[in-house]
Amino acid sequence: MEEITGPILEAQGIRKSFDETEILKGISLAVENGDLVSIIGPSGCGKSTFLRCLNFLEIPDAGRISIAGISIDLGELDSPFPPDMKVKAHALRQQVGMVFQGFNLFPHKTILENVMLAPMVVVGSSKDEARSFALSTLEKVGLSALKERYPATLSGGQQQRAAIARALAIKPKVMLYDEPTSALDPELVDEVLKVMRDLDAEGMTQIVVTHEIRFARDASDYIVFMEGGNIIEISDEDEIFENPKDERTKRFLRRFL
Amino acid sequence: MNSARGFLCFLVALATIGRFAAAESAPSGTPTEMPVLRWAADPDSNAPYTFYGANNQLTGFEYEIIEAIARQMGRRPEFVQNDWDGLIPGLARDLYDVVICGIEITPDKAGEVLFSRPYYVTFEQLTIAKGAPAVTSLEELKGKSIGTLGQTAAMAMLEATPGIEVRTYAEEVNAYNDVANGRISGVLLDFPIAKYYAGPNPNLEFTGPPFGQVTYGIALAKNNAPLQKEINTALEAIIASGEMRDILSRWGLWTPTMAKAFNQPEAASAPDTEYAAFIASTASGASLITRLARYVGYWPLLTQAALLTLEVSILGMALAVSVGFSLAIMRVYGPFPLRILATLYIEIIRGTPLLIQLLIIFYGLPNIGIKLSPFVAGVLGLGLNYAAYEAENYRAGLLAIPKGQMEAARALGMTHIQGLRHVVIPQSFRLVLPPVTNDFISLLKDSSLVSMVTLVDLTGAYNRIATQTFDYFGTGLLIAAIYLLIGLPFVRLARWTEERLAVDTRKPTNKPGFFRPARRPPSS
Repeated sequence: MEEITGPILEAQGIRKSFDETEILKGISLAVENGDLVSIIGPSGCGKSTFLRCLNFLEIPDAGRISIAGISIDLGELDSPFPPDMKVKAHALRQQVGMVFQGFNLFPHKTILENVMLAPMVVVGSSKDEARSFALSTLEKVGLSALKERYPATLSGGQQQRAAIARALAIKPKVMLYDEPTSALDPELVDEVLKVMRDLDAEGMTQIVVTHEIRFARDASDYIVFMEGGNIIEISDEDEIFENPKDERTKRFLRRFL
Repeated sequence: MNSARGFLCFLVALATIGRFAAAESAPSGTPTEMPVLRWAADPDSNAPYTFYGANNQLTGFEYEIIEAIARQMGRRPEFVQNDWDGLIPGLARDLYDVVICGIEITPDKAGEVLFSRPYYVTFEQLTIAKGAPAVTSLEELKGKSIGTLGQTAAMAMLEATPGIEVRTYAEEVNAYNDVANGRISGVLLDFPIAKYYAGPNPNLEFTGPPFGQVTYGIALAKNNAPLQKEINTALEAIIASGEMRDILSRWGLWTPTMAKAFNQPEAASAPDTEYAAFIASTASGASLITRLARYVGYWPLLTQAALLTLEVSILGMALAVSVGFSLAIMRVYGPFPLRILATLYIEIIRGTPLLIQLLIIFYGLPNIGIKLSPFVAGVLGLGLNYAAYEAENYRAGLLAIPKGQMEAARALGMTHIQGLRHVVIPQSFRLVLPPVTNDFISLLKDSSLVSMVTLVDLTGAYNRIATQTFDYFGTGLLIAAIYLLIGLPFVRLARWTEERLAVDTRKPTNKPGFFRPARRPPSS
């Protein structure tokens, strides 16, 4: 595999509106290979939308996104989308794993089948290949024993770990997490965060939209604070808590300290 | 799921084998090089014309006449059954060569078809309840309800008399019963019908003079003049030889009118043995045992009819499911023109009656050159109609799957199509199973309408048995019970499949059997 120099993920001037309301007002962010980045901010600040723009689940109105060597430039607000956007977005998504707040596991398939599906359908792996890789991934998230169970019979923490395993099955270069612990009972949060820490230790690039300020502070390489569709502050995890530069960051964090 | 599919395949195979086996068991002893005379009649409730008599064998005076004609022509007669209303249209469709079914020669009909020379001349007989005041002219019936059959000379006569409320019936038996019940004041029908269906009934009596004159002719397609000539020659021959007089005498139908028409002696040339046999076989005093024995005699007919019903229903449903599924996909995910097309189809089909659709497919399409066999027309009619309902089921199922499922699939790098195929559709399939099963069960019952396109399904069998035994009540119960019995396994199959597919609430060790439901885990 070729060595990637520079940031593995780069977003420049991302803008996105829903029905005349501008949610993202030109956001830029670069993430180095192996970083764990937390995005925090008040509800409605656009952090989830930004994350969903990164893998084109939402198509940005303007800006440029480049992940693991695949670059999609949407130009200015009024410029038409490039003709190859769909093809490139499809290729880009195969480099990016995503974990949802509501897990979104496939309820009609066992945990093992959930993890095996994408490699077989998307990558074209054989059943045996997919199975052995799925087993090792489930091992990693501590779910080997539950592989034959259906999602609805698992706890929220187990389901979210299964969802992480499913996302890892396509061997992504970058993992995106959209409030991965918000739907969990408090006592189940740690088992999910532990998996993310383990992945960080392995060198996975991860971007986490979260309300877990403690996790953001302990595990992140740095924290992005967003408000009103803009990035207000990007800062070292201790720096932002002890010495926030912006008044709005201060106001937001006061509630957690 | 595999075993469910297997079970369905098995049923279809069973039905199909039954059909072909039935087809092969037809007699084929006659040499094949002999030319064929395909003749049609509606044998249900049609004594003494052509009807199923004892042992479910065709008989009747017209049956004997056409057999005699065919013999005279050196052709092998081949009977094609059709519903009364479809007899004339069937000629244009080339389903058969001739129709002999008490069809009156009228100027109206002569414009549509060719007629042979008359083979029977008779009159309309008025029948009233025993003891009711005698009637001497139709004008006296002003303000009263009088029954008759549709598309008959009697109906035209009644309608031409102002003030009579005309009630048209599909079966003469029902019309005469209604006179006895007091629902209507009288029935005006051709003399042979009156003689056979009203004559033996002690609650009814004939009244008035012979009304009008009716001549029966054999009907042929408009463009079939050569066969018309051949038929006429044969008819002349059997009249001249006295064979015609013999046949009509045995059926008790040799009347002074006939003697005059054929210029032959008034006296019958043979005793009316066939009439006597008919009266004996339908005598109402039959004991329970003989009646039960009669039903056992219908067993082959019932089996064949039940298989046909099953076959039409299963194939119709298979068509409905596949067309409906495509329509739903078009409507939910298709581009704008396809979406409009699918919506139009669904609204038009759901907004018009199935019976009309069936009749259009069978009798209407031949006008634009599409001739379908009754079986194909029946399956097509049912399938295309139910497809509209299935489409709406699937649409609801597709829309019920949370948006996050497709998002997760796309986030994993699947295309839209892959997401549909592997994630959304399998889940919606499970959701729509209960409504689809319900639809299958109602399709099974709606399949009774295919009896209108000449198929002898269970409802066709009902018509035939009830009009032979006059036991409308018992036959109705019997046929209803068979429908119920056929439907039950499918209810069971659906519940089983539903449980097999309800995976998200059970553990892998708890697979339900066909007769053993899954244990639900205790809800937490």
